[in-house]
Order: sequence, then C-alpha cells, then structure tokens
Amino acid sequence: MSDIWSMIARRLLLGLLTLFVISLIIFGATELLPGDLAQNILGQSATPETVAAFRRELGLDLPAHTRYVNWLLGALQGDFGTSLANKRPIADLIATRLSNTLFLAVYAAALSVPLSLMLGILAALWRNSIFDRAANALALTSISFPEFFVAYILIFVLAQSGLFPSMARMDPTTTFSEALYRTFLPALTLTLVVTAHMMRMTRAAIINLLASPYIEMARLKGMSPARVILKHALPNALAPIVTVVALNLAYLITGVVVVEVVFVYPGLGQLMVDSVAKRDFPVVQAVALIFAAAYVLLNLTADVLSTLSNPRLIHRK
Amino acid sequence: MRDHLTRGGLSRRSLIKGATALGAAGLILPAGVRRAAAEPKRGGILRIAQAAGNTTDGYDPATWDSQFVQVLHTARCGYLTEIAADGSLVGEVAESWEASADAATWTFKLREGITYHSGKSVSGDDVVASINHHRGPDSKSAAKPIVEPITDIKADGNTVTFTLSAGNADFPFIMSDYHLPILPSADGKIDATTKDGCGGYMIDSWEPGVGAKLTRNPNYWKPGRAWFDGIEMNVVLDSAARQNALLTGEVDVIDPVDLTTVALLERAPGIKILSVAGTQHYTFAMDTRADPYKDNNVRMALKYALDRQELVDKILQGYGTIGNDHPIGPNQRYFYADLEQHSYDPDKAKFYLKEAGLDSLSIQLSAADAAFTGAVDAAVLFSEKAAAAGITLEVVREPNDGYWDNVWLKKPFCAVYWGGRPTEDWMFSMTYATGVPWNDTFWSNARFDELLLAARSELDEDKRREMYHEMQSICANDGGTIIPMFASYVMGMSDKIGHEDRVAGNWTLDGFRALERWWFV
Repeated sequence: MSDIWSMIARRLLLGLLTLFVISLIIFGATELLPGDLAQNILGQSATPETVAAFRRELGLDLPAHTRYVNWLLGALQGDFGTSLANKRPIADLIATRLSNTLFLAVYAAALSVPLSLMLGILAALWRNSIFDRAANALALTSISFPEFFVAYILIFVLAQSGLFPSMARMDPTTTFSEALYRTFLPALTLTLVVTAHMMRMTRAAIINLLASPYIEMARLKGMSPARVILKHALPNALAPIVTVVALNLAYLITGVVVVEVVFVYPGLGQLMVDSVAKRDFPVVQAVALIFAAAYVLLNLTADVLSTLSNPRLIHRK
Repeated sequence: MRDHLTRGGLSRRSLIKGATALGAAGLILPAGVRRAAAEPKRGGILRIAQAAGNTTDGYDPATWDSQFVQVLHTARCGYLTEIAADGSLVGEVAESWEASADAATWTFKLREGITYHSGKSVSGDDVVASINHHRGPDSKSAAKPIVEPITDIKADGNTVTFTLSAGNADFPFIMSDYHLPILPSADGKIDATTKDGCGGYMIDSWEPGVGAKLTRNPNYWKPGRAWFDGIEMNVVLDSAARQNALLTGEVDVIDPVDLTTVALLERAPGIKILSVAGTQHYTFAMDTRADPYKDNNVRMALKYALDRQELVDKILQGYGTIGNDHPIGPNQRYFYADLEQHSYDPDKAKFYLKEAGLDSLSIQLSAADAAFTGAVDAAVLFSEKAAAAGITLEVVREPNDGYWDNVWLKKPFCAVYWGGRPTEDWMFSMTYATGVPWNDTFWSNARFDELLLAARSELDEDKRREMYHEMQSICANDGGTIIPMFASYVMGMSDKIGHEDRVAGNWTLDGFRALERWWFV
C-alpha cells in the first residue's frame, strides 16, 4: 500500500507543477488577446485619457511580469485577489458559482454513471441483440446532437407543457429537493450528452475480456452469464471504465457553458466566458486553475482506482 | 404602411394586441386616448429577463455599460433630472433649474425631503461629489466627455450651481444621463461601491451576470411611481431561453425580443409585444470627400434609390419606422415632421444622376452583420432596388470581426448603426459637426455648423425649433448619411403588465424606468 501513497504524493506534487505552468500559459494567453479590461469596460465611450486613468487605477500600466509575480505571491498565500472589474473578492465571486457547477456535475453524474454502466453491462451481456443495437443507436444519437439542440428539444417537450421549469434559477433560499427539480432538465441534457461515451467503453471493455481463457473456464464451470460478467469480467474491466468516467466527470465540471446559457444556470462556465471577454485576468486565472485542478484530481483518482483494481500493479516487484 | 408607428410610441400591432387582451378587439382608438391598461395599482413581484448583463458589472457609475446595470441602478438611484415618456425633461432630485442669459451658468434647486435608503438626506454636497466623480484628470468615467464642459460646481445649501465653458441650453438633459446618479458623499467624495441610493427600489441581493432582487423603497417620494412590491431581474443571454421563460410564465417581461421569431411570440396567448420607436437608427454612410460621393447629386440619387418601407418590413419585421436621412427620431422634441420624406423613386434618382453628368453608376457597399442585424440583407435589398435607377451596387460582405476598425471610417460606403442620443444637439455634435472623430461621412457644411453652435445656447424654444428643423433639412438634402430606418425597441410581456400609453423611447424598457413606471393590472 505504501506504493500507492507515494504515488499519490508524487502525483500531487506534479499536479501543483502543472497548475503553475497552466497559470503561466493562461496569463500569457490573456496578454496576447487584443485590448485590456479598461478598453473593454469603457467600450465605445472610451477616450484615451479615461482608459489611461482606468489603467493606472487597476495597475494595468505595470509591466506584465510584475503583474504576474504580484498575482502569484498573493495566490501562494491563498489570496486570489479581487475582480478587476467590480472589486469583488474572487473567493466570493466563485464560491456560489463553483458550488452550483459541482451540484449540477454531481447530479448529472449520479444520473449518467449508473445508467451508462447498467446499459453497458446489459449491452455486453446481450451482445448483438435488439437491446444492444437500440441502446447503442440511442446513445450515439444523443451524443451526436449539439448540446443546445438536445436542450431545446427537452424544453420543447418537458418545459412548455409545464412539467419542469425552463430556467434553472438557484438562490441561497432554494431547498435541496427544489434544486433537484429546477435543475432536472440541464442534468438530463448533460446525461444524454455523456452517457454514450461511458456506456460504449463499458461494453467494449467487458466484451474484450469475454474472449479470455479464464472467462471461458468460468463458463465451462456452468456459471450464469450475469455472474460471469459481474463477478469475473467487470472487476478486470474497471481500469478503462474508471478512466472514461473520470474524463466525463471533468467534462461535466468544465465544459457545460452552453447548457448553462440555455437553462440560465449560474455556473462557472458563464463566469469564465464573461471574464475572458472583458479580460478580467484574476478571475480568468482562478477559474482556469479550478478547471485544471478538477482534471488533475479526477485523473489521479482514476489512476489510483485502476491501480487498486489491478493486483499486478499493487504488488509490483 | 403596415405597422407604421404612431408618434406616441405604440405600434399599431401592439395596440391591437393590447386591445384584444382587454377583450375589446375592434375598439381601436388612437394612442393617447385609451389607457394601455386599467388604473395603476400597487403590488406584486415583477420578474424580468434581459439579454444584457455581465459578471463584470459593478456599483461604480463610471463603468456602467450593460443594459442590466443601467436598468438596475436607474431603479435604485435618483438623478437630477428625468426624461419623461414624451421626451420632455422633468425634475427628479432637482425640483427646478434656471440658466443665465448665455446658458453657461445653471442653478438647480434640489427637492426638499428626499432621503437615501439609509435615511440620510440628499444634500447639495452630494450632487457636487456625484458629478465630480466623473470629472478631473483621474476620471476613468465613460461620462467624462459629457461633463467635460463643466468648469465649476458649487453647492449652497439646497442649490447647486454649474458653470460651463460655453452656453448649452440642453445642459439639464445631460444631467439625466444614466452615468450620473446622485449618491451619498462624505468629505466631497462618493463611495463608488455603495448600495445606497434615493430611487424607488433597494437592492436586496445582486449577483452580477446572474440577477438581482429588489424591494420597494417605503419612503420613496415620487407620487404615482414604484408600483411593484419587489423586482426580480434575470440575465438571460440566449434569445430562445428568454422567449421560453416568457412563454412558460417564469418571467413577466423580456427585453429584447428576437425579431426573427417575434411572429411566433405574437400568436401566443396572454403575451403582448411592446414596440417603441426610439432614437436607435441604421445608416449607410458615404465618404463625402471621395468620388463619386463628393457630388451631392450622387448622394441624392442614392437616397432616392432604396425602398425604405421594404427594409422596415423585411429587416425589422415591421418593428421600426422609415428614416429621412437625418438622425432625429420621431419621438424627439424638435423632430421635423413636415420635412419632405425621401422615398423610393427611380426616376428622381435617374434625374439626379443626370444632374451629376452620369448615365449609370457602379459602386461598392460594404456591410457586415456587426454593423446591425440584417445589414448584409439590407444592402442586398438596396442593390436590387437601385438597379432600376441605373445604379449598379455591388454588396461587399465584410468580416464581422474588426468591422469597426477596418471598415467603418475607412471604406467610402458602408453600413453603420447608431444608438442615438436624447437631444438633437448631442447627436449632431457627436457625428455631424465638421471634424468630430465620429463624423463618419467626413461631411462639412458651414451653415449646419453655424446653426449647431447658435442652437446650443439658444434658450428661446421657437427659435431653437426653427434652427433644428433647418439642420434636419440640410442634413437630409446635403448630408452623406442615408438613414433608411429607425429600429424600435421591441419587448415582450405578459398581458398582466400595465403601462402608460406613451412609453419612453429614449432608451429601451421605458427609458430604463420600466421598474418604477409599470404595474400589474
């Protein structure tokens, strides 16, 4: 087990390095974008003097490396600064958005992961049957449509009849059950979008193993097909499945801006888009780091789980 | 002339809608006679969805730029003056004002007994500090250019005196600009992050880019205003999501309505469309220094070579009015209603071409949807109609990205949009005076410039009106801008919303004041 712990420690350190590199890249990229916050906020009514005064006030007239180092020193002490545009502390700005994003991601994952595992296992069990083909066709259809199209169809069918709200508004007074009800349509949209990937990976990984000699042996012993798959094939198929699930979870956290816009859901995606458009660098940086951290942590979790599921990796010589 | 808007600001279409909703179809009276709904009454929570609003929005009035903050802070704050629905100016924090004979010194008397939400009284010092926030070398304010002519502000008890560098009869109008709210001050400075204000609504919570909740200010001084008990404002960027929210009853008002699907919304039960003629207009600008636009006969030929009504019908889906090649809207104070309307007339266009010594004309028109929604289609329609007058108009489709940097002010003939300004002087000085940076036709007319200066400091209404009429006429018959249409502000709302017949056209949402002017019937 100590191997696992040292692996986790090593990976976390590497993760921190990754985050540092990402913060550099993000900073460089926002510097490359034409215009800065002062110009973008003042827009059409900008005059050279007001833009200059605005820059002085925000410290945007300082050289790029000074601004980056100042930001980094603050971030290392846990102070991510304030939004340049409206002076709100970034921690406040992000807190509710992040919890909304996580809520929707967990909700969508709670619907999609069991659903796709179940569909994948059943599809492997009844390989090439009508069920297998129908499940594949449906999942592929829903992943092929753009998200906003799936969202509009769901709104047309489920919201215009009054079953579910088309706007997923959340505020601090929203109770948990109400939140589940309000965000059902966005969660369902995301479920439809991510299910195909996970389901097909589950099916493929299991079918791959079904040709192995030990499965043959289990069958010859007279085990039921369900037992063969659940008890013998599935544990060995976990590694690829867990990796795909982790990738999809990361996507649910970082890539749902279109769904947020269509359902008017206040998550991190829209915050990121607005901040990039207005060149509000500290906010962009903070959100980008959250996204990067989500990828790093979920990948780490996937690796740890696949190691644990494989005795050959735990008991390495 | 389907859907030609009345000067009162309601389209016939919305009037019919409103009348049908009242169960009075067939009884259609001219706007101004019938109230749009029953008498106002107090109560209810208004839920509104707007297409504007960023997570970068803030409290500092120097940086307000999205329509969401404009509406939110207009509900929260008071201004020295207010533009009434009919375009005239009324006092808000200021009770009255008077000018010196040269219109260069203005004295505002503040209304007694107005308090902020915090309970503090509004004082003359607050006014000075509030305006000074936008002045001076350190100002980053978007409103700095409009307060630039102020050389000094002094408060004496309940009066505030502004000294200007030159006479300006419209100065009190400038004080209604949404950047210039009166906020509480200490030691001659306002706190630009304060939530306080002296308007009809108090901000309970505001999540920039998401929405805000407001409650009625129980001590609001203004009679007959602020009917709703509370307001829920939402930022809904996606036009389909906005429309869905209105259709499913999750919001009461949406702004704006997507014109490509407005017909579907019109048919929905319980929903009315409000269309208000404003100052927003779409133009085709010709560089009057370049050939062949140098010759006014060519400019006149082009002005007679496009079908304005067709553009209003097909590009604006009827939600607009035809323009007459000057930037003054039909809702404005000195609009010249009797000026001869330019209309599609290939024979006249040919006549002007002949005057210019030409049999035919072959030119390029640059357009992109960045100029205005439907600009490319509008240019194509223009080109089709101009062919009959012997004008070959080649439409050049420019990229949206960088349109304002690479095409506007660079190409000799291109599509442009203008949001318009509340006063004639403001609009003309910004884009039509000789040599100003946004004069996109590089037009210069000595008589026009002379009238502009004279009218600015003229306090006699009749003389001023005459001058502005003459300027509109010069602009239309000599200027380099073709203004085929004024685009209305189009909003969708539940038929439970009541408002006055006359809805302000200076900005969208009743001049940003729908929250305090409208009510539930």
